[in-house]
Amino acid sequence: MSIAVDHISKRFGAFVALDDVSLRIETGELVALLGPSGGGKTTLLRIIAGLETPDSGTVLLHDEDATRSSVRERRVGFVFQHYALFRHMTVHENIAFGLKVRPRNIRPLDWEIRERVNRLLELIQLDWVGNRYPNQLSGGQRQRVALARALAVEPKVLLLDEPFGALDAKVRRELRAWLRHLHDHLHISSVFVTHDQDEALEVSDRVAILNHGRVEQIGTPDEVRRKPANEFVQEFLSEEVALAKAQA
Amino acid sequence: MATAVSTAFAGSRSFVRRDPVLVRWILTGLAFLVLGIFIVLPLAAVFVQAFAKGWQGYRAAIQDPFTISAIRLSLLAAGIAVPLNLIFGVAAAWALSKFTFVGKNVLLTLIDIPFGVSPVVSGLIYVLLFGAQGWFGKWLSDHDIRIVFAVPGIVLATTFVTFPFIARELIPLMQSQGSDEEEAALVLGASGWQMFRYITLPNIKWGLLYGVVLCSARALGEFGAVSVVSGHIRGETNTLPLHVEILYNEYNYTGAFAVASLLSAVAVVALGLKKLLEMKSTQEAE
Amino acid sequence: MRILKQSSILPGFWPTLSYSILYLSVIVLLPLSAVFLKTITGSWAHFRQTLASPLVLAAFRVSFGTSLVAGTISVFAGMLVAWVLVRYEFPGKTLVDALVDLPFALPTAVAGIALTSLYTENGWVGRWFAPLGVKIAFKQLGIIIALTFIGLPFVVRSIQPVLSDLDAEIEEAAASLGASRRQTFSRVVFPMLRPALLTGFALAFARALDEYGSVIFISGNLPMLIVAKLEQYDYTGATAIAVVMLVASFTVLLGINILERRSRRFDEKDQA
Repeated sequence: MSIAVDHISKRFGAFVALDDVSLRIETGELVALLGPSGGGKTTLLRIIAGLETPDSGTVLLHDEDATRSSVRERRVGFVFQHYALFRHMTVHENIAFGLKVRPRNIRPLDWEIRERVNRLLELIQLDWVGNRYPNQLSGGQRQRVALARALAVEPKVLLLDEPFGALDAKVRRELRAWLRHLHDHLHISSVFVTHDQDEALEVSDRVAILNHGRVEQIGTPDEVRRKPANEFVQEFLSEEVALAKAQA
Repeated sequence: MATAVSTAFAGSRSFVRRDPVLVRWILTGLAFLVLGIFIVLPLAAVFVQAFAKGWQGYRAAIQDPFTISAIRLSLLAAGIAVPLNLIFGVAAAWALSKFTFVGKNVLLTLIDIPFGVSPVVSGLIYVLLFGAQGWFGKWLSDHDIRIVFAVPGIVLATTFVTFPFIARELIPLMQSQGSDEEEAALVLGASGWQMFRYITLPNIKWGLLYGVVLCSARALGEFGAVSVVSGHIRGETNTLPLHVEILYNEYNYTGAFAVASLLSAVAVVALGLKKLLEMKSTQEAE
Repeated sequence: MRILKQSSILPGFWPTLSYSILYLSVIVLLPLSAVFLKTITGSWAHFRQTLASPLVLAAFRVSFGTSLVAGTISVFAGMLVAWVLVRYEFPGKTLVDALVDLPFALPTAVAGIALTSLYTENGWVGRWFAPLGVKIAFKQLGIIIALTFIGLPFVVRSIQPVLSDLDAEIEEAAASLGASRRQTFSRVVFPMLRPALLTGFALAFARALDEYGSVIFISGNLPMLIVAKLEQYDYTGATAIAVVMLVASFTVLLGINILERRSRRFDEKDQA
């Protein structure tokens, strides 16, 4: 499913979070929203999810206007920076949650839910933690569970808010590669927010660089490295740009 | 900073948490109803009934000599109990928050005991010790000292009941503040008392005041424990709450409510001070 | 054996510790031990007789019964008030928040006469029910209302911190997974509040059991019986009842401690 945001603006009091932002994500793409803290990336992601409403502009999911739909209706998968796992439920129950709360008529049977959860646990390579509680897992494990939970409801769109932000460098790198593999396997349109340029450039199909609520540049990792659109992008990616130029 | 702003807004006004308008109105209305019936109404009743005979009736009840002596006794009991518990509270909080020692948890639990004891039982224990049939009863009557059914007993019972308040406020506060500043002061050459006066005390001042307010309010208002210990002798061993009971039982409703209004005013002032101190200490923490 | 486990340059350990223990012993431990020693040295037969007498048993039933009911009502009312205070904005919120503590600050005798006057047949509230033949004051209903009054702040103050610490993200996650508002509340929010609710109930219940001042103007419960026995100079009888009450109170407080430890088992450990 494609995602399109058109002329989105949002302010919090006097603070302008997003200023006339337009962006399109094609079906099956993995796009990174990159930029410094406070640049508007998370706000944009939350608006796409329906967790915030824009002051002006529209959100189109699969070319249908979703601006007025609630987060429930949009059926997006959202992964939070601090996982937001349900502390009082086991890993299995966490992942099954989205399926269990479905209205009776579209709810899978109990054994079907169990099957699906087990398959997801295998997918995230954590089939042995089903009965554990979140506080018994490491950060990296928790994030994988959060991802599995979001995937359980078969969303058309996957949104990740600094998914590896709370983890240490080594785990970040491992999970980064793992996320890319997962994407290649599942082909769900995905948007993820990060302030880590390595991450954005390594994992994504395209990168959108945001600063002070505006899109500075959108392009493939290669494009932004070789042809930075302005001074800001150039400085933000300075290392990368210098490397690319040296290789040219 | 900017991220903090946007995520703070995101959290507190989180869209998803917005209950439907109808639900909000109904719940808020119900909450007001509950509080109105259970809390506002009784308070209003006190003041309305106190002034049932107008200002004259009110003044007469308050200026009655028995009321005056009840006020004096209440203030005396509180005036002794609160400072005593204050010294204890500071000492105990110091020992418990800045040091690790054997039996720390036991001491912490022991301090909470008066909270788990019924006020009546709190009075009973002193009767058992100092009453005519009590342990020291004979010794006391031989020496013509009266504790139970006299002022000392009331002071003791009041002290017991308000015992934990100040300590319980100070202990977590001092624990969370740690020992760094005090240690720094000592290294710079301050004496123990200087360290306490210039470093510790200023840091705990709001918590201390808060504890004193709670302790005093409870000391002035204690009924059950004092009732058991006092003997209800008007003019001698009657505190304000006991006086309320006596007047009420004599069907002197206006009088009873007039005295009750004094106590209610104290309670309301205590609540106001409490809120103020709470806001002050959060202000400083930011 | 070393008492002070870690030496420190901070002064005053021994003076403060010894003073604290001394004060504690004189004011609290010594008098309390009088109760238990009286039980041991007193006449065991008299002890049993007191506890088995119909008057005492009736008072037991009244005390425990009314405290349970009042505790339950406090939980529902307290949950409602806490939710509204934490989740909604409205004018006068600070005032309302301060008022919640009133039953805690108000002397019990004042609460007693106020509530009684409201619920007698001529009282502001009582008069509505009198024609229906319902006499509120001087019966257990009156006691329950008084006990709910004093228990309410305990429940509200137990729930408030837990509710306000609840991360918005948890509810956002539930909504993004398709849960309705009602489902989010019943499956996610409420289970997280349950420990605090239980603690609040236990505190309200223990307090209600001990309550004297606000209840005696309405009717008779256990503490009142203790006073009655003392007035008859039946020290042993009074002590017998006191011991039972102390055991009950301490059991509840112990229960609360255990509950709090269990609820902490779900808390996040260090972010790995």
